[in-house]
Amino acid sequence: MSASLTLVILMAVMYAAGVYVMLERSLTRVLIGLLLVGNATNLLIFIMSGRPGSSPIVTGTSVEDMVDPIPQVLMLTAIVINFGITALLLALIYRSWWLAQLGDEGDTLTDEHATESAGEADVTFLSSSDDDDAIAQSLDEFERGDGATSDEDSTTHTGTHSKHSAGRGASASAEGDAR
Amino acid sequence: MTALVPLIVCLPLLGAAVTLMLGLRRRLQVLVSVASLTAATVMSAALLVLVDRTGPAVVQVGGWQAPWGIVLVVDRLSAIMLLISALMLLGVLLFAVGQGIVDGDTETPVSIFHPTYLVLAAGLFNAFVAGDLFSMYVGFEMLLSASYVLLTLGGTGARIQVGITYIVVSLVSSLLFLSAIALIYGATGTVTLALIAERIPDLPADIQLILGLLLLIAFGVKAAVFPMSFWLPDSYPTAPAPVTAVFAGLLTKVGVYAILRTQTLFFPDNQFSMPLMIVAALTLLVGILGALAQADIKRLLSFTLVSHIGYMLFGIAIGTPLAIAATVFYVVHHITVQTTLFLVAGLIDRVGGTTSLSRLGGLLKSSPLVAILFFLGALNLGGIPPFSGFLGKIALFQAGTIVGDPIIYVLIGVGALTSLLTLYAFARVWSMAFWRPKQQVKDYTSSMSASLVEDPQDVGLVLKKTISPLMVGATTSMLVFTLCLTVFAGPIFDLTTRAAGNISSPSTYIDAVFPNGTGAIEYSNEGTNFEGGAR
Repeated sequence: MSASLTLVILMAVMYAAGVYVMLERSLTRVLIGLLLVGNATNLLIFIMSGRPGSSPIVTGTSVEDMVDPIPQVLMLTAIVINFGITALLLALIYRSWWLAQLGDEGDTLTDEHATESAGEADVTFLSSSDDDDAIAQSLDEFERGDGATSDEDSTTHTGTHSKHSAGRGASASAEGDAR
Repeated sequence: MTALVPLIVCLPLLGAAVTLMLGLRRRLQVLVSVASLTAATVMSAALLVLVDRTGPAVVQVGGWQAPWGIVLVVDRLSAIMLLISALMLLGVLLFAVGQGIVDGDTETPVSIFHPTYLVLAAGLFNAFVAGDLFSMYVGFEMLLSASYVLLTLGGTGARIQVGITYIVVSLVSSLLFLSAIALIYGATGTVTLALIAERIPDLPADIQLILGLLLLIAFGVKAAVFPMSFWLPDSYPTAPAPVTAVFAGLLTKVGVYAILRTQTLFFPDNQFSMPLMIVAALTLLVGILGALAQADIKRLLSFTLVSHIGYMLFGIAIGTPLAIAATVFYVVHHITVQTTLFLVAGLIDRVGGTTSLSRLGGLLKSSPLVAILFFLGALNLGGIPPFSGFLGKIALFQAGTIVGDPIIYVLIGVGALTSLLTLYAFARVWSMAFWRPKQQVKDYTSSMSASLVEDPQDVGLVLKKTISPLMVGATTSMLVFTLCLTVFAGPIFDLTTRAAGNISSPSTYIDAVFPNGTGAIEYSNEGTNFEGGAR
């Protein structure tokens, strides 16, 4: 079987480095190790396609010159699967880092919207456009130069329009602008 | 009728898409997922009848002929696995729905649960119907990705911690599987199971050995075979009860199915008999000794799960048609009983407030129904006559004595010992959690106090309902199903004997995929250059 020696050496180095890094304690290094081993496996599949040749598209090239297309299909699938799982692992590693930062508190922290029903969630979504209006309004009032009253106005405006965090953020920034 | 073969994979996937879109409408979501799994059950039952009557159903996907296209094959073994897993998935889904309604859907974001669960089902079905190694790999990846999400549902610290271990272990085994596929492709020039089976005997013995061992290690991690089993008891018990039940029943058995399929098809001479025997004995012993040391019911069940994988390996190692028939019967028995027992553990968690043996007591008096469910399940798994666990083990031991090697007698001894120790482990659970009066439990806290919640409408405390009729109903009907395996053991064993007849002679499988023979098919990678295998 004819295969490029460079590719074989590259594959071996990637396998070795990947396994070595995977044995580390840090999760990101484990992930890097998995990526290296995964790509080394892809290279292995590629090496198994035999001798190099022209691309396997039927455009007049003789069949003898074409490279074997099946390993490329297998590789492509494997790459996509690896990609998806890497994304999931990254999310989990981030989450575990987040929990480690918070300590025991992290487990009991609940989503601030957890108790809302579907209807309330819709109201929250709709009110975010109200927030923009409120900010624009308070900015207008500030430009009119009516400093002291506009401060009160803007807080009452945003307070009535929305109850959620974006609303609070908007009112805080509006106040900051006013001062 | 062969249209059922791809449909059984597509339908749950479609259901997953629909449930994902239904997002917030929980009742509709439940309806869609129950409907698609019920349909899958009916279809797999129809497939089993069809395949049993007329031989393997073969579908060339997209009309591309076998070695070039993807081929789906359902023979009796696949059909049996399809039916049993569809039934289990349905039962566990009903349990999960019951639990979700009782929980008020606060613990887990259920809008993710249904789509993921259906993807898991589709992946399982795909792995069972796959006619080539690579689509088997894709099926594995589908069910594994779904299992990663299900295991870390809710994203609490404990689940994330074990989830990452589980994912890394599964990924490494998947990569080993993928490397094995690459090497097999390099050696035989195909990934179609039937064609590999045809070409592997032409390879030199040492290359056969490497390929076989790589496959065994890759599937061994998934099946939790002894040296590769330590991830399992750590990761399964932290997941929600229905998730653990479905993992325990089905995920390890996919590994067993893959070992069974590849060993019988690629290595009909049974070259790996000896290492499999040793590994089986160690799996049996180490698993059950671990179970004896556990103080938590879920962990104890996980260890018995690891241990009993040994019986199936034992059957594969003997390799005679009778042994394979006994193995298939044992797989069916073990899937149902282990799933049911994990669901019962979920019920115990609800009525007792914990699954820790040191804090449970008096359950026989307070919830006799759960006690009966546990008792029957435990006797069945422990192999007490006349239950199906006993029948499966007797069939295995009989198949062993017919071959009659000294090591087989050692293994029969180990198997019988494991059976007794399983019974001992369950007797411990029974006497501590069910029989022991509450007064004897140190620092007993009534589970009632934990289930008292503030009434949202009224001021004051109300008693939260801990188990719903649906949960108990699902568990009971699954237990009744396990008892049916005992009552109808005769016809079922006949069926598994016919299935074993299929898989013990690979030519049936090969002829089904290539009705015109494989002689005219050329090696697609002409670089292949092993003695005997070269073209």
